[in-house]
Amino acid sequence: MKNLLNIALPKGRLGSNVLGCFEKAGYPCPDIHASTRRLVFENPEAGVRYFWVKPSDVAIYVERGAADLGVAGKDILLEYVPKVYELLDTGMGVCRMAVAGPKDFRDDPSRTLRVATKFPRIARDHYGAKSREIDIIHLNGSIELAPILGLSDVIVDIIETGTTLRENDLAPLEDIVPVSARLIANQVSYQFKHAEIDRLCRDLDQFLAQRQEEKK
Amino acid sequence: MGDLKQVLRREEQAIYRLRALYQSFGYRPYKMNKFEEYDLYAHNKSFLQSEQILTFTDTDGRLMALKPDVTLSIIKNAKETAGLQKLCYSETVYRPSGAYGGFREIMQAGLECVGDLDLFATGEVTLLAVQSLASVAGRYLLDLSHLGVLTGALDELTGSEQAKRGILRCIGQKNPHELAAVCREAGLSEDACKRLQALAKLHGPLPETIPALGKLCPNQRAELAELEGLHRMLETAGAAEHVVLDLSIGGDMRYYNGLIFQGFVDGVAEPILSGGRYDSLVAKLGKRGGAVGFAVYLDLLERFDRSPDYDVDVLLLYGDECNPAALHKAASGLRDSGHTVRVEQSRPKGLHYRQLYQFKEGRLEHFEEST
Repeated sequence: MKNLLNIALPKGRLGSNVLGCFEKAGYPCPDIHASTRRLVFENPEAGVRYFWVKPSDVAIYVERGAADLGVAGKDILLEYVPKVYELLDTGMGVCRMAVAGPKDFRDDPSRTLRVATKFPRIARDHYGAKSREIDIIHLNGSIELAPILGLSDVIVDIIETGTTLRENDLAPLEDIVPVSARLIANQVSYQFKHAEIDRLCRDLDQFLAQRQEEKK
Repeated sequence: MGDLKQVLRREEQAIYRLRALYQSFGYRPYKMNKFEEYDLYAHNKSFLQSEQILTFTDTDGRLMALKPDVTLSIIKNAKETAGLQKLCYSETVYRPSGAYGGFREIMQAGLECVGDLDLFATGEVTLLAVQSLASVAGRYLLDLSHLGVLTGALDELTGSEQAKRGILRCIGQKNPHELAAVCREAGLSEDACKRLQALAKLHGPLPETIPALGKLCPNQRAELAELEGLHRMLETAGAAEHVVLDLSIGGDMRYYNGLIFQGFVDGVAEPILSGGRYDSLVAKLGKRGGAVGFAVYLDLLERFDRSPDYDVDVLLLYGDECNPAALHKAASGLRDSGHTVRVEQSRPKGLHYRQLYQFKEGRLEHFEEST
């Protein structure tokens, strides 16, 4: 009981893929596949307890120690800067954080740039590094709508395939940072469950490397 | 007086235990003013955990601040005498909490050792840090790091401040994949990158990790010798098993220079103790010598305790026609036998009690067990 690793998984497709990797790396949990309304699933034999949380909440669960480990997108880690260890790049959920706008967008550096985004800190850091004055418009969804309706000049958002952008006559203008899912750990759990965390991290890394090898 | 342990909250017990511990090593309690001139903090903002400071204007027009930190005041007021000054404190500081929280009052206990430091003095402070953790929790660890080793190793690799900052950030996150990216960008060799990744990952008891660190940073001989000396001292004191070497714990290089440490207790999700050697701050404040010290964040212990199951042992109910003197005597009798007793005419809503008594016709009647 004491040394079960609490692992926060992000709900959704990425989370299911991540769980698949954990299971194949030696940390299975048959209960989690049964359709129930339970929220927490454990397998004492494998030493793990999984639970699903909203992807943007994973880092909070881990930072506050409710989860020892979690899998969170680099976008969330850059935006909220939680005090956690980032142990492994899983190479899953690969996409990029980028600036996008109308495909014929011409930047006028003499004016304040209006930027719509779900990621105000990332946008501020990106333009701050260039000393560019921007006006951040913080939205919670449908970011692509903002430049179409003239709410903003550009957007800072995650781009996976670019299909939504293309269908709305928008285009990626500038890459900010590549994004993928990272294995993160609570800093205090890392002290007291070091052997378990270290082993899981190694097993997962090995599995991912092997899978990469097979893909080639 | 009864058993103080039952009455005092864990953080209050900790304050007394820590004060006794520090005084038993001859550290003198230092009581400071609640307020300090704002200038002191304005000039040393990056030493503070947060740049936000509670300020007010004093009656004479000076801008004052409610202390956000204790160390700065102690160093500012340190006397310029030969030898060492050993001071301990328990004080409240005022800092904003979390991303959305307003200012909070935070209870801190700690100590500072200022002056002509040697290995013994540093070792004694480290040992006291371990013993401080032992006095507040059953399972605890002190992480040690040496900024001298890190800066030395980085200076050998690159002259770029930006690259150094990036590398330190990745080491602080134990982040091997981004460390590789930073190294590539800075044009470092594959071998250097592997060494840095090993430094970031290093974590374990001193007898294993000091030799490993020696292999990774062979040129930092003086620092390695300091760590070894420290280990021998901790081992003799029986504290070595609770000490771990881990270079990911960071400190601002403008203030901290040598040894730094962070303390963890099982059950509290953030470091409960932090400190280290900060000669650069001493120099910046125009004093001579060095300084080493730490603070224990006692407010974090609050979350450590389970709330008690009961508000009171005995709820004693009485009717309208009752003799107050006799009622008081009956309640005192129960208190003398070690119970906490609340006397009421009717049952207060939401009160949890272990036992219910009724005072009727001059006698105590036992009614029921617990709510």
